Amino acid sequence: MRWFLRIAIALAAAVSGPLAAQQSLPPAPLAYEQLPDAEQEAQAQALMETLRCLKCQSQSIADSDAPMAGDMRHQVRTRIAAGEDPEAIRAWLVARYGDYVSYAPTVSETTWPLFAIPGLLILIAGMILWRRLRKQA
Amino acid sequence: MKGVRMWVPLLLFAGFCGLAAYQLTQPKDEFIESTMIGEPVPDFNLRPAIETRPGVALADLKDGRAKLLNIWASWCVPCIAEAPQLEALQRQGVPIVGIAIRDKPEDVARFLANYGNPYTRIGADDLSEVQLSIGSSGVPETFVVNGDGVITYQHIGDIRAEHVPLLLQELAEAGA
Amino acid sequence: MIAELGLAALWLAAALSVLQLIAGALALRDGSGELASLVRPAAIVQGLLAAFAFVMLLWLFAVTDLSVKLVATNSHSAKPMIFKLAGAWGNHEGSMLLWVTVMALAGGLIALVERRLPERTMFATLAAQAFVGIGFYAFLLLSSNPFERLPEPALEGMGLNPLLQDIGLAFHPPTLYFGYVGLSVAFSFAVGALLTRQVGPAFARAMRPWVLGAWIFLTLGITAGSYWAYYELGWGGWWFWDPVENASLMPWLAATALLHSVSVLAARDALRAWTIMLGVVAFSMSMLGTFLVRSGILTSVHAFAVDPERGTFILFLLGLYIGGALLLFALRAGSVAEGERFSITSREGALVFNNVMLSAILGIVLLGTLYPLLTEVFDVRVSVGPPYFNPAGAIFTIPMLLVMAVGPLLRWRGDRISRIKVPMIVIAAIMLAVLAVVIILGSYGLLADLGLAVAAGLAIASFLPLRGRNLLRVPIATWGMVVAHFGIAVALFGMASESAFSEEKLAAVSVGDNVEIGPWNVSLLATRPVAGPNWTAIEGQLMASYDGGEAILLKPQSRNFWAPPQETTESVLSTRWNGQLYAVIGNEASGGEGAERWQLRLWWKPFVTLIWYGGILVALGGLLALIGRVKGDLKRRYVQSRLAGRKEEGESA
Repeated sequence: MRWFLRIAIALAAAVSGPLAAQQSLPPAPLAYEQLPDAEQEAQAQALMETLRCLKCQSQSIADSDAPMAGDMRHQVRTRIAAGEDPEAIRAWLVARYGDYVSYAPTVSETTWPLFAIPGLLILIAGMILWRRLRKQA
Repeated sequence: MKGVRMWVPLLLFAGFCGLAAYQLTQPKDEFIESTMIGEPVPDFNLRPAIETRPGVALADLKDGRAKLLNIWASWCVPCIAEAPQLEALQRQGVPIVGIAIRDKPEDVARFLANYGNPYTRIGADDLSEVQLSIGSSGVPETFVVNGDGVITYQHIGDIRAEHVPLLLQELAEAGA
Repeated sequence: MIAELGLAALWLAAALSVLQLIAGALALRDGSGELASLVRPAAIVQGLLAAFAFVMLLWLFAVTDLSVKLVATNSHSAKPMIFKLAGAWGNHEGSMLLWVTVMALAGGLIALVERRLPERTMFATLAAQAFVGIGFYAFLLLSSNPFERLPEPALEGMGLNPLLQDIGLAFHPPTLYFGYVGLSVAFSFAVGALLTRQVGPAFARAMRPWVLGAWIFLTLGITAGSYWAYYELGWGGWWFWDPVENASLMPWLAATALLHSVSVLAARDALRAWTIMLGVVAFSMSMLGTFLVRSGILTSVHAFAVDPERGTFILFLLGLYIGGALLLFALRAGSVAEGERFSITSREGALVFNNVMLSAILGIVLLGTLYPLLTEVFDVRVSVGPPYFNPAGAIFTIPMLLVMAVGPLLRWRGDRISRIKVPMIVIAAIMLAVLAVVIILGSYGLLADLGLAVAAGLAIASFLPLRGRNLLRVPIATWGMVVAHFGIAVALFGMASESAFSEEKLAAVSVGDNVEIGPWNVSLLATRPVAGPNWTAIEGQLMASYDGGEAILLKPQSRNFWAPPQETTESVLSTRWNGQLYAVIGNEASGGEGAERWQLRLWWKPFVTLIWYGGILVALGGLLALIGRVKGDLKRRYVQSRLAGRKEEGESA
């Protein structure tokens, strides 16, 4: 069975030339393996779903087969297992890649309108309803 | 008052059109820049990626000389394209430290035999840990690191001939 | 020859739409100009010509005419016929031709059957429809000609991408297109009514079937797209708040609001300016979606042929039509009286609440989708994802659902809360009871808990409008409302349940190993290599047994395509009444000597299927409402013609 896979991969490489260069290293240990502690795994999963894969377009690292996403999952699980706080891990990544890496925007200089505008919408909605639904005099 | 409100949707829409039109004229930039420029490289210690060159640790970056930190891999096609430029830089006396991402020793050796070896040291980053810790999001990427181990510049993508002078200038500014 | 016929038909149709615009505009100005009699025939013939052009394109794909560029680049002689035909719209040019065809046919249909509106409003509407049409004809003929010939016929077509040969992918885009384009009709009605300032119940009744029809297609399109992403992407997610998904959700939200405001306008002659505004907004969301998808301006997981030049063209059309309509709105809406204020405890009061909330949700989705575009101007890149959309959307969704539970029980004009006190208490009790049970069972997160509780209450509440009525005499449109509202409750229950109860298991297993997930026991029986036309795969043979019952065989695959090199996973689903088992096999696992180990990804997702069953129910409710409305309209028309006939008789006598 392995030989079959190898031949297939070799054939693929031969057919499409160097572009098909494959990463031969297996995925990181914790890329596809859950943490034994269910609570920690749940924490890791929740965090991974909100981190953006850097190699793919618009996918979280929890939804991606890209090797780098796997390495990021490994990183997240390792740190959670070591007792690190999920938000600290997020902050660590944001310090390296900016807000882009996190799907959960936090209030900052560049993102405050994301939070101000919904507040404004609540006010506007309230005002429209109040004006429109006052009982006729 | 009522008259003014009726214009709000049009104004918002005009704002959107202006934004979209502006963005259409901008080149689509898919690069995610590191926000570690000006920050020290975090501590790390990588085993050698091949037998003929030593591995890389933070202390090796803090030897007082500015150098290039090249993030690459043998499976990366643009890395082949930038190999001549790295060789040229190395011939001009630039120290280049390599970090091979997710790579096997035999693949690294084959790549270097085919395309040249400009590196003084090559560390093997099997879990992309160092790559993640300096905010690199792909291969190849090249960082300028000064003698104190602080990142001063990031070049994303393969180094073309026209990028070499800029890199040399950045190195000079970092105190090569 | 076929291609030239199609192209000629397209040019003729474009010319006719110019005629339709000029004749309609003149008729509008002079009351009834000389050319007025040409407007309706022009619209009808234009529709037929566009349909003819599309049939020609289908023909070219059916016979795989490789001298046509579009066929050569997107088809292959060895494709099954169904995928050859689907290939006609599975690309930019063909899908734009489909868009134009549907729009022209819709215009022709209004010209043929719509007789309720004042003739001036009809001229204005058809002129607006022609005006929109001209832009798309220009786009098609000047920059995206589907009938372009190659200098030399190709030997074989290029398109045999098996990933796109999926029945879901063949029908999901056209379904959405029907929805998008149907909203163009609502847009034309809104513009027409603005031009003549004749906004009233007759206008609402003329517009309603089109809004309903478009909304049904949008609902089905989104439901199908979500299910496709769910089984195809291989990670068990069904909604990602990806820009392209949002682009299909936003017109739906606007159309849902429009659907309800149109009912208020039809029943109570109120919300005039608001309904016009929604008509414009709904279509602008369709065009915005098309723009976002095709310009490549936002990063999305969905691969589309992206071309900035096309983006510029669509942006120009968007600015012209939507900007024009909004300008007209700003100038005219002040003179369209908004109508009466309402009591908060009335059917229309609840509908206003629903409209305001839907608009706010639309605002949130629009903001979150476009915000990264805004910050990029300042060279800052941000990501907005589920952690933002879910809570921000829920702020408005939950109050809306609560009002939705009781709104249909209220009477038009004015009602007393005390009259519906009992059902309200019952609904509230159900919701609180479910909430309590869920929290006691082990809280699953605020949104999931609330979702389960509201879904349970809403499911019961949606049937209460039938209480105490003779079921045989309930109008079909009312059944439609009941079914659609129940569908929302069902879908919501599925979403909350998926979020609350899903279990995930990732494991590296050797042949013979067992994995427990939820009530399932899954064992890897064997793996074997499989070869396809341009891929090889590893197929896992899994024996899965539910709660100790008889085991079923599941065969997920991990496929390697070689040109272009790409790995895909073919997930398998085992569906039970109470949920789905979702299984994926990945590559060989790392480490470990000896026996081979394989990556298995398993999910047990209780009641997840309710999400899509709910979507189908919502669409079915829309269909019932449409049938009911059209039937009602036909009846009214018959009665009116009888009355007119009698009147004539009386006069002649």
